[in-house]
Amino acid sequence: MADVTASDGALRRFLHGLPGVDAVGLQVRAATLGTRSIKTTAKAYAIDLAISMIDLTTLEGADTPGKVRALCAKGAHPDPTDRTVPKVAAICVYGDMVATAKEALASASGSDIHVAAVATAFPSGRAAMPVKLADTRDAVAAGADEIDMVIDRGAFLSGRYLDVFEEIKQVKEACARPDGGAAHLKVIFETGELQTYDNVRRASWLAMLAGADFIKTSTGKVAVNATPPVTLLMLEAVRDFRAATGVQVGVKPAGGIRTSKDAIKYLVMVNETLGEEWLTADWFRFGASSLLNDLLMQRQKLRTGHYSGPDYMTVD
Amino acid sequence: MSDRSERLSVLKTYKLFVGGKFPRSESGRVYEVTDAKDRWLANAPQASRKDARDAVVAARKAFGGWSGATAYNRGQILYRVAEMLEGRREQFVREVADAEGLSKSKAGAQVDAAVDRWVWYAGWSDKVAQIAGSANPVAGPYFNLSSPEPTGVVAVLAPQDSSFLGLVSVIAPAIVTGNTTVVVGSEDRPLPALSLGEVLATSDLPGGVVNVLSGRTAEIAAPLASHQDVNAFDLTGAAPELAAELEAAAAENLKRVVRPQAVDWTADPGTRRMLSFLETKTVWHPMGV
Repeated sequence: MADVTASDGALRRFLHGLPGVDAVGLQVRAATLGTRSIKTTAKAYAIDLAISMIDLTTLEGADTPGKVRALCAKGAHPDPTDRTVPKVAAICVYGDMVATAKEALASASGSDIHVAAVATAFPSGRAAMPVKLADTRDAVAAGADEIDMVIDRGAFLSGRYLDVFEEIKQVKEACARPDGGAAHLKVIFETGELQTYDNVRRASWLAMLAGADFIKTSTGKVAVNATPPVTLLMLEAVRDFRAATGVQVGVKPAGGIRTSKDAIKYLVMVNETLGEEWLTADWFRFGASSLLNDLLMQRQKLRTGHYSGPDYMTVD
Repeated sequence: MSDRSERLSVLKTYKLFVGGKFPRSESGRVYEVTDAKDRWLANAPQASRKDARDAVVAARKAFGGWSGATAYNRGQILYRVAEMLEGRREQFVREVADAEGLSKSKAGAQVDAAVDRWVWYAGWSDKVAQIAGSANPVAGPYFNLSSPEPTGVVAVLAPQDSSFLGLVSVIAPAIVTGNTTVVVGSEDRPLPALSLGEVLATSDLPGGVVNVLSGRTAEIAAPLASHQDVNAFDLTGAAPELAAELEAAAAENLKRVVRPQAVDWTADPGTRRMLSFLETKTVWHPMGV
């Protein structure tokens, strides 16, 4: 596949040569997969799996070190009354909070939880390239295990695909650590701004060609965030990319997933589209904050038999 | 109908009232409702435990806004409900007459009493603090003031016999003080309760303050009693054995429970029901000596 990224023209020809998306078919398929009934033991499994896949996120201008520490404690022990609850996969914060998060996780016996940092002028992505790279290097140097970058939607929508491709490649290089390892790179498309399903498919292929480890739907900062059809489309792109190149890429829907029911729908979609191989926190993540409380409430319901309430959950 | 036989009859689909919307039961079930002489009246939705759960979520969501509204505003809205009821008087007279086997005039008296009851409780909204609150003498330079606050989400089993007057007499005292409610209508006579939902939806009452369910009382009441996010339970419509079971389940998170007792719904209700769903908040305020 190396030749398709050789020039702007070749890349455009390739991306525009991808088959068009059957929008109605996609929506119907996503809706159909959403009707599966997951109960009892399967539900318990799905809830624990979903908890272990959460990138517990706080991306507010008002974030304080105290809030990040509280979030880390919660990620390490989501339900203090029940130690059988799995840990979350990662804590997702702004770059300047990475060191705080690292430290807090270590002291909360959660050092196996990753720290993900958003970078490259998140959420708009409107900054000069050197600034974006510095942003990324800064987060990696502070100890981030994962970098969530945003693509330049302006360049993508105006058809400058090679610019976006180069951007991702450079950020990927900036993810390298001096010890030879590298932070995992998640590429955020902000699908709510990409206008069409065709664009989502093109963006998925573009990011995967450029070396993304994960592709992620949204920043959570715009009106339309992760939706089942868009996520299904990205799952299909990941499946097709592996068939074409043998490289496995992860998927992370983010924003607007608040209930256990929604989360389980996504898990069904992953299982039906990609199979069990992707049903781990290494290959599928939820970018969420309030989802965790709902999952914990459902878990308590399964354990005790009666409905729980927000009074029994932390406020974060 | 006979004189207008050319017209197709337009039957009403009775629906639940949850969060200001009119959903069917999540379970898709309905059950037949008959009049006092066992003739079919309508199909009513048969709510499941999941409908109860959804109703509690809606009630919890509405609690902040409703309890935070000024007492004056709540009173105005309750009075508005009475106005809307008055406009639908004919419909309620017919439904009450069918449900309870009453003559038109007796049913009319029930509906009038229900509207009056609503107005009576509306007046209490900005007065209840005077009788439930106090300025306490304390040994120190403090103003010590106790004021009543709403308990939270109140689940209400409406009386089985009095399908409308009794219903109004249990809903109004719970919401006038700022609580939000999940109401289970009379099992055999749910139609006036479901129609009341339509009145509440057009009375400026925020969605979720009153949620009306119909179906098998025992089935819906059990999950409400054990629900950790319900703060109080009015067992008025529960049979003695069921009431004991529910009270035991409600003890799990220390719900306030009002036990069922024989009530003459036409009599002066007094303040008991309002005061049952209040918590007392006491503040100490230093005096500038």
